[in-house]
Amino acid sequence: MSTRDVEVSKRITVERSLQGRRVQPANIIFEISLIISLLASLGFVLLLLATVFSDGISVFQQRGLSFFTSDLSRIPGDAGIAQALFGSVALAVIVTIVAFPLGISTAIYLEEYAPDNRWMQLVRLNIRNLAGVPSVVYGLLGLAIFVKLLGTDTANGSGLTGGRTLISGGLTLSVLVLPIVIITSSEALRAVPYSLREGAYGVGATKWEVTKKLVLPNALPGIITGAVLSLSRAIGETAPLILVGAFYGTFFTTGDTGTLGKFTTTYTALPQVIYQWATEAQSEFNVQLTSAAICVLIALTFVANIGAILLRNRYEKRW
Amino acid sequence: MTSTLATPTNAPGDSPFVDLSGNSRRRWRERRVKIFLISSVAVTLLISIAIIASLLGQSIDFVTTIPLDKLWNFEQWAPRIGDFDIATLFMGSLLVTVVAMIIAAPLGLGAAIYLAEYASPRVRRTVKPFLEVMAGIPSIVLGFFAIAWIGPEIVQKLFTEASAFSLAAAGIGVGLLVIPLIASVSEDALRAVPLSLREASYGLGARKLTTIVRVIFPAAISGIVAAMILGISRAIGETMVVTLAAGAYGEANFTTNPLDVGMTVTSGIATLASGTDQVAGPSGGSAYNSLFFLGLLLFIVTFTLNIVGELFVRRIRERY
Repeated sequence: MSTRDVEVSKRITVERSLQGRRVQPANIIFEISLIISLLASLGFVLLLLATVFSDGISVFQQRGLSFFTSDLSRIPGDAGIAQALFGSVALAVIVTIVAFPLGISTAIYLEEYAPDNRWMQLVRLNIRNLAGVPSVVYGLLGLAIFVKLLGTDTANGSGLTGGRTLISGGLTLSVLVLPIVIITSSEALRAVPYSLREGAYGVGATKWEVTKKLVLPNALPGIITGAVLSLSRAIGETAPLILVGAFYGTFFTTGDTGTLGKFTTTYTALPQVIYQWATEAQSEFNVQLTSAAICVLIALTFVANIGAILLRNRYEKRW
Repeated sequence: MTSTLATPTNAPGDSPFVDLSGNSRRRWRERRVKIFLISSVAVTLLISIAIIASLLGQSIDFVTTIPLDKLWNFEQWAPRIGDFDIATLFMGSLLVTVVAMIIAAPLGLGAAIYLAEYASPRVRRTVKPFLEVMAGIPSIVLGFFAIAWIGPEIVQKLFTEASAFSLAAAGIGVGLLVIPLIASVSEDALRAVPLSLREASYGLGARKLTTIVRVIFPAAISGIVAAMILGISRAIGETMVVTLAAGAYGEANFTTNPLDVGMTVTSGIATLASGTDQVAGPSGGSAYNSLFFLGLLLFIVTFTLNIVGELFVRRIRERY
């Protein structure tokens, strides 16, 4: 319990005893309306989960594992999410490889090394603003840079990225989450008290030694939490993938390309498949199919989110 | 660390002061690390430059090649046949944002006031993670919820003349998405008001309601304004909910009625790019360039709002 929580608890006790049995209608109406707004917000989430789950459950019952192991198909009864799952996991791997090292090292520079001058203030402001740029704009960036400039614009073309491939999609999502990784890592680094660093400098350690041996290990839980949260954000993004050309349609095949080959050909991802199915959701069957895919996506992002929140609550240090 | 500190690396007879600068290998490593870190900072700057450059280049192409009277005539947005009325999309974005804020502002703020002022620390600790999880729901999921439930069960029940897909349904969906953001920023603002202000107010005999409305709310107002501005910016930038729930696909007529099918700046980009002819392909022409023009407009609007919101947030930090 933080000191503030203790203060608040004391205040509530005092309020209760002063209030006694007196009833103040205005107060009660106000408090009730506040509780209603809180419950309404949470209620919508529960309703959403309930709707999606009750619509999707029949697909899991009827299809079992084959829903996870089948490819996309024009026949709803055969359609599965194998390609989409592979795509989403592969995108997450690319984001982990590209965005995390880049984001964490940027945060280290900004928090540990950067001089406090106008340039660095500009860099910080810039990063905060990048975090607020709508995701669809990152899609346009990916289309212009990764698909067109660094690759020929075809599904299995040439160039560095090969055009509309997993690599382009992964790089676009990496750029999208980079500011979030930087901001959360910066916060974690800032939470490490300065006295720890001073102690290490006092025995003659260099800046990098202090950072590597003391600051990073202590900030690690916070950094990982931020990283996991941004990963779940990346997995759930749809708009940028539309623009960088993740497959949109009812059927595709990559043939016998092997796992590595799949990185440079046509691909799709879970949110993209949900988008495709949802736009055809007139039929009862498509509603169920979409709901089932949403259940999988929500499960993935929730597990990541809850894991991250638990991790933070467990390892958060009070200095 | 195995390396000893301040190892003399100089030949005897050199100036004794040089010894204090330490081991040259360690110093060299410091330099390398620093260069590596600076280069990753440079990447973030490069991204901003790349965003602006890629948006600006194609936008200029777009504006110089189309007849300018097509850009603002309150008729329709139909890029494939050369109608580029951005007023249609602006009006769509405005309607969606207004509906979203009507939902999200009271609910988000109410939840924030409850959590900051009424909830016991234990309740707060249990409820907060739920709001955080809510913030993590992918927008495509809310988009599907908007077509599957909000459209038929709320909008069409309340207004029988509404179409199955409507800007209002999209707006409600976006509103749900924005609630956690508004709740968390305004709760931070409310909690930043020092407890002593509350105690002083109670000490003078004010009721809790009076204290909140007359003391705490004004003290936190800049943070609450910031929460609203950031919420608006998020609502304007939200893409997938509108793409799915607002109904218009590839083209839209100008409308001021939120119960109509419509299109926003963001869903204009998304539906144009996901069309079957793949505007993303090599022979897009003006329709392809219009994607970037819309992106530029979106970037400018959200960028401005975020800066203004940031200024307000900074004001609460400085006050106490």
